[in-house]
Amino acid sequence: MLIIPVQFSVGMKKWTKMKVELIIAGFGGQGVLSMGKILAYSGIMQDMEVSWMPSYGPEMRGGTANVTVILSDKKIGSPILGKCDTVIVLNQQSMDKFESYVKPGGLLLYDPNGITRHPQRKDINVCSIDAAEESARMGNLKAFNMIVLGAFLKKNPVVSLESVVKGLQKSLPQRHHHLIPMNEEAIKVGMDKVVDVNVL
Amino acid sequence: MAEKILMKGNEAIAHGAIRCGADGYFGYPITPQSEVMETLMEEKPWETTGMVVLQAESETSSINMVYGGATTGKKVMTSSSSLGISLMAEGLSYLAGAELPCVVVNVMRGGPGLGTIQPGQADYFQAVKGGGHGDYKMIVLAPASAQDMYDFVGLGFDLAFKYRIPAMILSDGVIGQMMEKVELGEMKPRRTAEEIREQCPWALTGKTSDRNRNIITSLALDPNVQERTNIRLQEKYKAIQENEVRYTTYMVEDAEYLFVAYGSMSRICEAAVDQAREAGYKVGLLRPVTLFPYPEKQICDLVPQLKGILTVEMSAGQMVEDVRLAVNGKVPVEFFGRNGGIVPSPDEVYEAFVKLFNK
Repeated sequence: MLIIPVQFSVGMKKWTKMKVELIIAGFGGQGVLSMGKILAYSGIMQDMEVSWMPSYGPEMRGGTANVTVILSDKKIGSPILGKCDTVIVLNQQSMDKFESYVKPGGLLLYDPNGITRHPQRKDINVCSIDAAEESARMGNLKAFNMIVLGAFLKKNPVVSLESVVKGLQKSLPQRHHHLIPMNEEAIKVGMDKVVDVNVL
Repeated sequence: MAEKILMKGNEAIAHGAIRCGADGYFGYPITPQSEVMETLMEEKPWETTGMVVLQAESETSSINMVYGGATTGKKVMTSSSSLGISLMAEGLSYLAGAELPCVVVNVMRGGPGLGTIQPGQADYFQAVKGGGHGDYKMIVLAPASAQDMYDFVGLGFDLAFKYRIPAMILSDGVIGQMMEKVELGEMKPRRTAEEIREQCPWALTGKTSDRNRNIITSLALDPNVQERTNIRLQEKYKAIQENEVRYTTYMVEDAEYLFVAYGSMSRICEAAVDQAREAGYKVGLLRPVTLFPYPEKQICDLVPQLKGILTVEMSAGQMVEDVRLAVNGKVPVEFFGRNGGIVPSPDEVYEAFVKLFNK
C-alpha cells in the first residue's frame, strides 16, 4: 500500500500522519485543477503542509491539464515529482503520459470513459471510477471531479470528509456555498462506486 | 497565529505589496506572472489603502512609471517575466544610477528570445551582473516558496530604501504558479507625506524654504562628478555585501558534498539531498537567498569539509560561475542543469550527482 497511516492525536482531534504525493491529469474543464485545490485546502484544514503545482504550459493550451498535489505532515521539499504514490487519470493522453509515474505499489485511479488503452502495469494498484456516468445519473455533470475525489479518498483517506467540507467552505466564494451539500453527496457516491481493477 | 491561506506565489506578491504599505504597482501582463496584477485588480487596494494599480502600455512604460514614483519617495514596484525585464533594462540602469529604491519582480521563464512560458533560471546574469549598462548592481532576492514571495516584497522595499537601490525579486514559473500555505502578516499602513519627507530627505516632495532643492538624475556631464557617483555606488555595494547576505542550509553539518541551488531548484535539490542521504552519501544543500550580495564567504567556509560541489540551475550554467569564484579552485565544482523550460526532477539531480562524482 502507498502509505502507512499512523494514528496520533493532537488535542481532541485524531489525525493521520502521512505524506501523499499525487498527480491528477485530464482535460481542461473536468475540474482537475480545482479538485487538486480542494484536496490541498482540506489538507490545510488538518494542519498539513501542502503544495499545488499546475501545468500552465502548452499542454494546458492544448486542452489537457494536470496538477501535482502534495500533502504532508512535514515541510515539503520539491513540489515537482518524477514519480509519485498516486496518479488520477481522466483521459487517454494522461494515461499514456502518467501511468509510468506511479511508484511500484502505488495507486492508479482512472475513469474508464473514453479510455481505449487500459492500464497495463501489474506492480501497482489500479482502481476505476465511472465518474462521468455517475455524474450524469446525479443529474449534475459538474459533480464529476468530486466523485473522482471521493473515489480517491475511499482508497486513501488522507483527509476526512469533514475536512473536505471545511476546505470547500474556505475555497469556494460565499455565493457557491449552497452547492456544498451536493459536493458532499458526490464525494460519497465516489466512495461508494470505486472498484478495484485486476490488470490481466 | 494568523490564518494560513492557500495561494499562488504570484498572488502572494500582490498581497505582500498591499500589506507592506506599497504606494503603487505598474505592470504589463505576461505569463507566468499575470496573476500579480490580476490579484491586485481583484483586491482593489485603491479603495482601501490608497495604493495605485495601473496597467501600463508596455514594460518600458511600467519601469519608467516606477522611476517617476520612486523619485517622490513612494514605495513603487513592477513585475514581469524574462523578456519583459529585458525591455526594462534601460530603466533599471537609470534607477540604479539615480539611486532610487523600488521593487522589481522577475518571474523567470525559459529564454532566450520569446522562449517558452515554462519556468527557467537563465536570467541570473541579467539580474546579478547587470542587465543594463554601467557599473551597477541591484539587491537580488531569490524566493523558494509562496511565503517567500509574500515576505520578500516587504523585505525588498526595506532594503531598497535602506540603501537607495532597486531590489529585484528573482523568482521563476514554478514558484509563481505553485500554490502553498501563506501566512499573511499585519497590514502596514502606507507612509504619510510627512513620514516620507522625514525618512527620505532626498525625495522630490516639493521644495520648502528651509532646504535646497533636491535633484534626482543619473546624468552627470562632468566626468569628475560621474566618477564620484560611481565611487559612492561601489561603497554602497560593499556595505551591502558585508551586511545583507542571506542564505539557508540543509544538512550541511557533516556534508562531504554540497548542492548549491536557489529558488525552485533549491526545493528540488532538498528532495535530492534526502535521496542521496538514503543511499548513504553525506550531501547537504546551501541555498543563496540573496544572489547579490552572494554568500561567497559562507560557501568558502564549508570548503574544508567538502569533496565536491554540485551547482544545479534551470540554465546552461550561470550561478555556477559565482560558486567557482567563491571556492577559487579549492574544491571541484560541477554543474547540472536543464533549460528551455524543463524542470529537472529530484531523481535527475540525484543521478547527475552520482554520475558527476563517480559514485
